[in-house]
Order: sequence, then structure tokens, then C-alpha cells
Amino acid sequence: MESNQSYWQENLRLILICLVIWFVVSFGFGLLLVEPLNEIRIGGYKLGFWFAQQGSIYTFVGLVFWYSSKMNKLDKKHDVEEG
Amino acid sequence: MDELKLYTYIAVFGSFGVYFAIAWWARAGSTSDFYVAGGGVTPLQNGMAIGADWMSAASFISMAGLIAFLGYGGSVFLMGWTGGYVLLAMLLAPYLRKHGKFTVPEFIFDRYYSKTARIVAVVCLIIASLTYIIGQMKGVGVAFSRFLEVDYGLGLGIGMMVVWVYAVLGGMKGITYTQIAQYCVLIFAYTIPAIFISLQLTGNPIPQLGLGSTLADGSGVYLLDKLDMVVTDLGFKEYTTDNMGGTLNMFAYTLSLMIGTAGLPHVIMRFFTVPSVKAARSSAGYALVFIALLYTVAPAVGAMARLNLMNTIEPTAGQNMVYAERPQWFKDWEKTGLLKFEDKNGDGKVQYVADAETNEMVKVDRDIMVLANPAIANLPNWVIALVAAGGLAAALSTAAGLLLAISSSISHDLMKGVLTPDLSEKAELRAGRIVMTIAILVSGYLGLNPPGFAAGTVALAFGLAASSIFPALMMGIFSKKMSGKAAIAGMCSGIGITMLYVFQHKGIMFIPGTSFLGGLEQNWFLGISPNAFGAVGALVNFAVAFGVCKLTGDAPAHIQHMVENFRVPKGAGEAHAH
Repeated sequence: MESNQSYWQENLRLILICLVIWFVVSFGFGLLLVEPLNEIRIGGYKLGFWFAQQGSIYTFVGLVFWYSSKMNKLDKKHDVEEG
Repeated sequence: MDELKLYTYIAVFGSFGVYFAIAWWARAGSTSDFYVAGGGVTPLQNGMAIGADWMSAASFISMAGLIAFLGYGGSVFLMGWTGGYVLLAMLLAPYLRKHGKFTVPEFIFDRYYSKTARIVAVVCLIIASLTYIIGQMKGVGVAFSRFLEVDYGLGLGIGMMVVWVYAVLGGMKGITYTQIAQYCVLIFAYTIPAIFISLQLTGNPIPQLGLGSTLADGSGVYLLDKLDMVVTDLGFKEYTTDNMGGTLNMFAYTLSLMIGTAGLPHVIMRFFTVPSVKAARSSAGYALVFIALLYTVAPAVGAMARLNLMNTIEPTAGQNMVYAERPQWFKDWEKTGLLKFEDKNGDGKVQYVADAETNEMVKVDRDIMVLANPAIANLPNWVIALVAAGGLAAALSTAAGLLLAISSSISHDLMKGVLTPDLSEKAELRAGRIVMTIAILVSGYLGLNPPGFAAGTVALAFGLAASSIFPALMMGIFSKKMSGKAAIAGMCSGIGITMLYVFQHKGIMFIPGTSFLGGLEQNWFLGISPNAFGAVGALVNFAVAFGVCKLTGDAPAHIQHMVENFRVPKGAGEAHAH
């Protein structure tokens, strides 16, 4: 049980990190900070516009895989794997 | 029969043949097959199936059109409908899979030890799913009537029959494997025209890069700059900065779509089909990859379609298209009534401007953009035929997932769970099939005679999922002490306030004239549109639930123990009924 507690704490910390990134790329860069970011350009894209229509989605994909691989390691570390 | 029609018949009926073959191969033999495909779906397969399940007629047909006319404002759909998967992957899917039951209301029942909670969840699920299904059925009817020129009702009937065969025969198992095939059809049909158009306009075959490239006409101007220039010249808002009702509204809208996405039961159910918690986590990742493939192409499709449309009407500034010389696709869509021209100044030319007084394109329906796009860009006929098959695949796959969510919540949660607990497995399987048949007939009827509120229903589906199901599930996992009473109070007040807000601005049951606060923007609470209110409903749900829990006491010890148990993957088995 002791180990399950710290497993859950570490999981919560990981989720928090992911959700902060999730929030920053979409609501932050794509919405709240879109105007200053639009001053910067990558190719034909204004940066804020790019985050809103492209960048945030790429980041989401990366986040889910990163979380998934981190959790697999965490499962092993705390010996709570299935099977 | 002309060439285009022939190709369209081949593409549509060829794809149907594939779905039937899969349905026969993947017949369901047990309730476990029927509800969760026997729990043996791999993460990659599940990811594809979730992609098809999720991407509906709305994603395939409507979204790029919305983006084409909303510009930057359309970003709420792109971020909202993908960002929800981050929440799903981290906050819900692994734990629901670990708990290992067949349906969402069943989890709610176990966690909140209350039949009332289960029934509330069933009601939310059925309303959300049925409203959603009407749109799919309409999509099927439109695709048939436009591309095969058969009667709308007959097209709808054919679509219903196809879904009936593989969903009723195969249950979740049949649906899963047909959805994989449907994903392939729809993504192919969506990206091929986009690649062609991107190549034509920018010389770059990858639409995601083409959107940020310079035009291929040798001018060296970036595509998006050109588009901004063209639309602002005609008095429209600048494409890349037009922010749909302000930042707060976009914020709430995006959040509502994200939370709603994570709370839609037909998507959550798909996570019960994988063999392990690990697989549930990674299938969320694969699902998002497959969804992102379409969602990152969509903004390119939208912007390029808008530019092509503008260029067709006004090839060079001041030189407008002569109406008598309009292209064939223009005539085709005029026939459907979705495109309308009125020569207000009588010069025989087409003026398309933002000012309603002088604008002569009196109707440009957003939904035609994806379907008309290949024709506007003069693409070969087989590409246009593909788009028809893709639109049908998108609508059918989503309809099947929704039908399964409805039928399982009735046969498994209401009948087996509440009304007749001694139902044998065989009888339950038969009940599931009968309920699904009825659900298909009901949704077909609603597709044929869409109720007056059909247009507003997507908002309602997302609002319900966001304000009731998502918070209840999340608190059930992350707050051990959350009690049944508190969760029910939270769900009811979340739905209550969301429905009240939607109805007070859009009319009771969307009946015009009954909106007691008016649909006008200045009456909106903090400028938040009714479609974006689900996020506020969710906040109310959380607040009420925690308040009631403080006042009435925590969940009993054995429930808290159960929560501790499904927080860790160890000991997960196949999804089961008891």
C-alpha cells in the first residue's frame, strides 16, 4: 500500500506537468498570447496562428505518448504492472 | 451513365462490400464480443477504430468549411476536438479500463453505489448519442442524394441497412473491424484531394506545409498573406486573426469541446475493448495520431478552398466572373439550393463581398466546401468519387459507435442492471440486438424528419457530456471521498444550468420564439455563446458535488478501497460484466 501511495503521487505530478504543457500550447500560445506571437513568423505562418491550428495538435500527440511511456516505467518501478 | 457516376458507384458500393465481408468474418458470439469485442483489440487497431468512431460527418464534411469561413476562429474546433484526447488519456481511460466493466453507466453505478446515478448516466448518454446520430443520418442522406442522385430517403434507407448488417451481427467486434476499414477509406479520401490542391497552389505536396508556403504562381507571396489580402479587400475580416466573438468566448468554447470530447460515452467505450491498462494508454496516443492526420490537414483544406472560391469569383482584382460563364460545379450546387446568386446591380457579373447590401452571393453554405473542393480545383473524377465514399465512411462509422453506446446502455444498464437482473447471457445478447435495431429505426426516422432543434443539437450533446459525464467520471477517480449523493447532485446541477442557458438563448427545445433571454450576443453571460457553455456547466458540477460532499459525508470505506484499487494497473483482467 505504501508503494501504491507514492505511485499515485508520482502519477499526479506527471499528469500536472502534462496538463500545464497542454494548457500553455493551446490556451496560452493559441489563444491568450496569440497577438504578440503573431508578430513572429515561421514561413507563411504567424506563430500564434500556427499554434492554434497546427502546433497545439502536434504537441498533444507527443504529450500522450510521453505520458504513456513514463507511466510504463513508473508501473515497473513500483511493481504494479498487470499480469 | 457518365464517368463520374460510374466511379462513384464503384467507390461507394466497393467500400460497402468490404464492410459486409468484415461483418461476416467478425460475428459476435457472446456478450463480451458484442459489448467490448472480447477485449482482444490491439492498441494500434483500437486507435484507428477510435479515429473512425470519432471523426463524424461533421469532422469530414463540415469542419474544413467552418474553418474556411471562420479563419482563425475555427481553431476552437481543431484544438477542442483533439485536446480532449489528452484529458481522456490521462484522466479517464486507464482507470476505467482497469475497473473493467462494459459501459460508462456501469462504472458510475459501481463507483457511486447508486441505481439513480446509473439511470441519470443512461439518460445523459442516450440524449447525447441520439442527438449526435441525427447528424450522421442526415450526412448519409445528403451524400447519397448529391453524388448518386438517388432520393434522400432511399439513400438514408441504404445507409441504415448497411449499419444494421454489421452493427447488429457483429456488435463491438464487427464495428471495430469495419471502423478500421472505414478509417482507411476516410483518411485516404480526405488527404488525396488536399495533396492535389496543395500541390496546385503552392507546389508543396504536404498540405500542412503548403499552408505555410508561398504561392506557386511565381509571385513569391505567402498563401496565407494572399488570403488575408483577398478577403480584407472585399471587406471580410482578416483570415488569420478573426477571433469569433472574442478571446473569452473562444477560450470557453475550446474548453467545452475538450471536456465534452473526453466525456462522450461512445468514445470512452472503445477503451474497454483493449486487453490491458497499458494498451488503453497507448491506444489513446495512436487514436490521436490518426485523428491529427485529418485535423492538421483540415485547416489547409479550409484556407485553400476559400482562396480557390475567391479566385474563381474574382480571378484578378476588379475582374469578376461573368455569371453566364460560371463553371459546372457552380451550377451543380445551385441546383441543391446551397449556393445562391442574385444579380443585384444587373451587370451579369458575380460580386462576392462582405457588405450584405451589395453582396450577390446571397448563399454560400459552409458544408459544401469539402464536397465541392475537388471540383473547384478541377481534380480528376476518381478523386471526387473517393470523397463521396469517405463522407459515407465517416458518417457510418460514427453512427455505428453511437448505436452501440445506446443499445448497450439499454440492454446492459437498464434491463440487465436495473429492471431484469436475472437475464441470461444469451437473452441479453438478443436484447442488445433488438434494441440496436430499434435504435437504427428511430435514428433513421429522425434523419428523415429532423426535429426543428436538429441544428442546435450538437451543442447540446457536447454540453451534456461536458457538464455531466466528464466531471462525474473524473471525480470518481481522483477524489476517493466523493460520495454518490454528491455526484448525483453535481450531475443534475451541471446539466440543469447548461440546458437552461442553451434554452434561454436558443429557445426551449430550440423552438424559435421561446427563448426568454434572446439569442443576441449582448445578452450572453460574459459574452459566452450557448455552444461554449458546457465548460461553465462542468465547473458548476464540480463545485456543487464538492459542496454536497462536504455537508453530507464521504463515500463508504469499501468504495474508497475500490478507487485505490483501480488507480493501479496491477490485477487488471479482461472487461467483464460482474
